[in-house]
Amino acid sequence: MNTELNLKTLIVKKPLKLDCGKTINDFPIAYETYGTLNEEKDNAILVFHALTGDQFVAGLNPITNKDGWWSYAVGPDKAIDTNKYFVICSNVIGGCLGSFGPSHKDPNTQKVFGTNFPVITINDMVNAQNNLLDHFGIEKLFSIVGGSMGGMQVLQFISNFPDKAKTVIPIACTSSHSAQNIAFNELGRQAIAADSNWNEGDYNSKDTIPNKGLAVARMAAHITYLSKKGLQEKFGRKLQEREDLKFGFDADFQIESYLRYQGSVFVDRFDANSYLYITRAMDYFDLAKQFNGNLSDAFKETKAKFFIISFTSDWLYPTQENKDIVIALNAIGADVGFVEIESDKGHDSFLLDVPDFLSALKNFLDKSYTDN
Amino acid sequence: MKNEFQVIANLIEKDKKVLDVGCADGTLMKFLKDNKNINIRGLEISKDKVQKCIAKGLTVIEGNAEKDLIQFPDKSFDYVVLSQTLQAFLNPELVINELLRVGKKAIVTIPNFGYWKIRLHLLTKGTMPITKTLPDEWYNTPNLHMCTIKDFVHFVKSRNFKIFKSIALSNENVSSINDTNLGLKNLFADLGIFLIEK
Repeated sequence: MNTELNLKTLIVKKPLKLDCGKTINDFPIAYETYGTLNEEKDNAILVFHALTGDQFVAGLNPITNKDGWWSYAVGPDKAIDTNKYFVICSNVIGGCLGSFGPSHKDPNTQKVFGTNFPVITINDMVNAQNNLLDHFGIEKLFSIVGGSMGGMQVLQFISNFPDKAKTVIPIACTSSHSAQNIAFNELGRQAIAADSNWNEGDYNSKDTIPNKGLAVARMAAHITYLSKKGLQEKFGRKLQEREDLKFGFDADFQIESYLRYQGSVFVDRFDANSYLYITRAMDYFDLAKQFNGNLSDAFKETKAKFFIISFTSDWLYPTQENKDIVIALNAIGADVGFVEIESDKGHDSFLLDVPDFLSALKNFLDKSYTDN
Repeated sequence: MKNEFQVIANLIEKDKKVLDVGCADGTLMKFLKDNKNINIRGLEISKDKVQKCIAKGLTVIEGNAEKDLIQFPDKSFDYVVLSQTLQAFLNPELVINELLRVGKKAIVTIPNFGYWKIRLHLLTKGTMPITKTLPDEWYNTPNLHMCTIKDFVHFVKSRNFKIFKSIALSNENVSSINDTNLGLKNLFADLGIFLIEK
């Protein structure tokens, strides 16, 4: 879906053994950078994107022609100041914006992978992205930052590579997907599977796209990113371009119209199979389980400085789940700060213009950088 | 900086690991970090104050001392500081126990309700005392468990905790408290500072 675009891509030669047991090699990682890497190579920040994000953190996204997904936080003079820092972000493997994913062709069969693509995990994603450090000759990142699934990658990255980041900022995330998280992801996957166009994942050969299923998946997920209060304030029971109820099943309410719109624009930029793979990776994420149930052990090798941020109205990855990470870090005397930001904007708060969040992020980064 | 913080800082040796419980805007933390190379952490309940600490580059955890001290392992800090907050807890005894579990030593400061101006206020006016260290009205004060220097000394002794230092602050004048002058200090000091250990 993006082969005509000129994406910056690193071809990773080194074989990568995936958690599922398969090994991949010569695979692409599509990335984008912002700012300039200094001579000491100590100003690099690796940003990890969330479920439906991509490498276009800031500036203009060439696919959507809209602002990058974290434009509020990343750019010149912003919280993650690209005048000062060198920001790297890459599309996760399993994704659909240039990195190795289910819409790529299997070199052995010359057919699109579809659901023959190996199941990947958060661990696989960060192991793949670690190759970017070698590519840029960066020994130690100044920071690793990410919200939601990006935060999970942050946690996994510092656990896998304890010496490779000075500061660590997981935002609005969890160390293990809850039953509710898995339930919502399963709803999305089943919506896709229920679309006859999905064709068990083999829709490329039929030249169809499971648009409807993917749109419903997005609609359901989108609700989980917002808070009840936020929705009520923005939409309430307001009607969509009509004076009264129509006694039918058109979008009478603005919220219906809004969700339908969110679903329809999503299918233009996202691959249904990637949605299956990435949600699966999130569901499989359980960092404590990798350490025999002791989350603290995931971090015991690192001297990095952690700063954990949650949001009051985030019910998808609530404050308590973020605090559990703080508790695990305190149990081993790690350097950890934590703040819960007041916001009505739900889980999406980290992507939006929430001044208390952005100033905390900026202050933490800038103070940690000058303390070097 | 407040004289109280100067006294607290003098009780702490260089290069130690310290937790400031109820660290407010981080004034004491910043001083300890900059002047004594202290590895300092803060716990603070107010979001605004947490933000101020972050702006100073301090490591602070937003949390409630009555609920969140439990996450720190035994004796994980050389000192735990609690400045003028003990009286605001629902269960001060539980908090003291937690301070002495988490810290090898604890530094606790209390606004002295036995201070003569407070006694005089209550005696002459017959209304709840309002002073520089206790500026709120009875209906909006965060303070639930006021005590005097004498009360605190009695409490600490009754629990068999060790008192290493007892210091009285009176109008920013520093003096030490001992068994013989306890009654006088209880009358003339507006603040008591105690270094204790379990």
